[in-house]
Amino acid sequence: MEKTNELSSQFLEVLKYHGISRRDFIKFCGGIAALLGLSELYIPQIAHALEKAKKPSLVWLDFQNCAGDIEALLRASKPTIAEIVLDVLSVDYHATIMAPAGKQAEKSLQDVVKNQKGKYIAIVDGAIPLKDGGVYACIAGRTAIDIAREVCGNAMATICVGTCASFGGLPAAKPNPTGAVGVREAIPGLTLINLPGCPMNAENITATIVHLLTFGTLPATDKLNRPLFAHGKRIHDNCERRAHYDAGQFVREWGDEGHRQGWCLYEMGCKGPEAFYNCPTVKYNERTSWPVQAGHGCLACAVPNFWDTMTPFYRRLPNVPGFGVESTADKIGVGLAAATAAGLAAHGIIRALRPKGEDKEES
Amino acid sequence: MHELNRVYVWEFPIRLTHWISFLCIIALSITGFYIASPFAHAYSTNQYIMGWMRFIHFVSAYVFLMSLIIRVYWAFMGNKYASWKVWFPFTGERLRELIGDFKFYTLISRKHAHAVGHTVTAGLTYFFVFLLFAFEIVSGFAIYSLTQKGFIWPVLGGWLLSVWSIPTIRLLHHLSMYLIFVFIGMHLYIAWWLDSTEKNGVMGSIFSGYKFVAGKE
Repeated sequence: MEKTNELSSQFLEVLKYHGISRRDFIKFCGGIAALLGLSELYIPQIAHALEKAKKPSLVWLDFQNCAGDIEALLRASKPTIAEIVLDVLSVDYHATIMAPAGKQAEKSLQDVVKNQKGKYIAIVDGAIPLKDGGVYACIAGRTAIDIAREVCGNAMATICVGTCASFGGLPAAKPNPTGAVGVREAIPGLTLINLPGCPMNAENITATIVHLLTFGTLPATDKLNRPLFAHGKRIHDNCERRAHYDAGQFVREWGDEGHRQGWCLYEMGCKGPEAFYNCPTVKYNERTSWPVQAGHGCLACAVPNFWDTMTPFYRRLPNVPGFGVESTADKIGVGLAAATAAGLAAHGIIRALRPKGEDKEES
Repeated sequence: MHELNRVYVWEFPIRLTHWISFLCIIALSITGFYIASPFAHAYSTNQYIMGWMRFIHFVSAYVFLMSLIIRVYWAFMGNKYASWKVWFPFTGERLRELIGDFKFYTLISRKHAHAVGHTVTAGLTYFFVFLLFAFEIVSGFAIYSLTQKGFIWPVLGGWLLSVWSIPTIRLLHHLSMYLIFVFIGMHLYIAWWLDSTEKNGVMGSIFSGYKFVAGKE
């Protein structure tokens, strides 16, 4: 911990200007280390990386999105320490929150790509449509795929925020009219990390950027390019309502007694058993709450095609395609079993009623 | 009047695995139903209903798998009635028998092909039933692998997760149970029918192992 005492007075002034004490800052570094699964021995390293960071440029590309991820990041409640990390970075282009507009704005993007090739961080928010030459998302006269190829291809690293940028998300849901895909699929071979979620958790983007600044690399990922620190554990296994699941206490209707008692949302279609995310431990909005705590089941929003494969959200099992919207597996199964029983009964009756005659055996 | 001979058809491992599978399917269906849609609720958190249901489901699944392995082993080591060859009736003569069986079961014909062990249709049916069992096991391990760390789970079923989404696997795992019910209904009906008309002791044979066969076998 000694090293952290060496935080420069200049940096402490910056912190003070933001109303953050040295103690708060070290606590933040400790929290990030814990989130990344690092030992406390890394806290000084993180603190120094943030202090000494040479203001790498960051550009934020908005494609087919709902601005939910930037909303999640900005969280209009109060300035957070996480914002300081973004202050460490030089956010040079961000369609939603930047001051310049029009040609001026596009020039700042071009400046970053040309002057800082291989040194800047590209954040992509939103899916990229590929159908009909990608005409369904154009910014300043250029298609999303064209912009992404240039900006992400020249970046030090690309961070996909939200399920849309990661896997296509809602724009890619059936029937996917614009041919939307995630960045990894649109431009293979990038140095890329996916931070899916609907919206992604702001804590995880902060942690990912801190990891990048501290170690110069992206955190370890799973086969979907999601960081293991955020997607290595199953929601169901860390859920605060898990005891109710094992006991057999389930909510059966919104607002029923079990719902008021905070019982398990399994019967209401909670997809926690299918989802790998750190929501139960990190939570949202400065660790205020998360869907299950608020009484709503998990939607497994951080996997590819969740809108198609995890629906209906309020039922345990999916509908059976081809049997109409309301056909559940059990209706079909019971129908099948009943049809078999009826068929066998009819078979027996016909057999009993047919003209007498010895059944012959062939030898 | 024919002379009836007692023929030892179903050896002990066949009867053992038949009844173990029977018990496992009952246990797996009841607990599986509960896991899919909990039909009983606990009064307090001191209870452990879902926990026990899952425990019984997993233990029965392992027993079922072992029983199936013994049955497949015996398909190579056992007598000709247990042989794997009866599952694949793909010679010209046996395919003709299949058509005869079809006419018999659809009540078009009264001629029933004689078989001491399985008829051709039965053999083919069991082949598909074994595929169904295999699918239940693989899809079961796929869901089970979500909570298990180690290299064996992806091999046993985890690989299915890259083919279908988890809810789809759960759905197919659930629907396959109903297909097993359909098989059980037909299995019981036909056994009862043939036992009462052919009077060769087919029902008793799965307990005793012996069938009664006219003439020499």
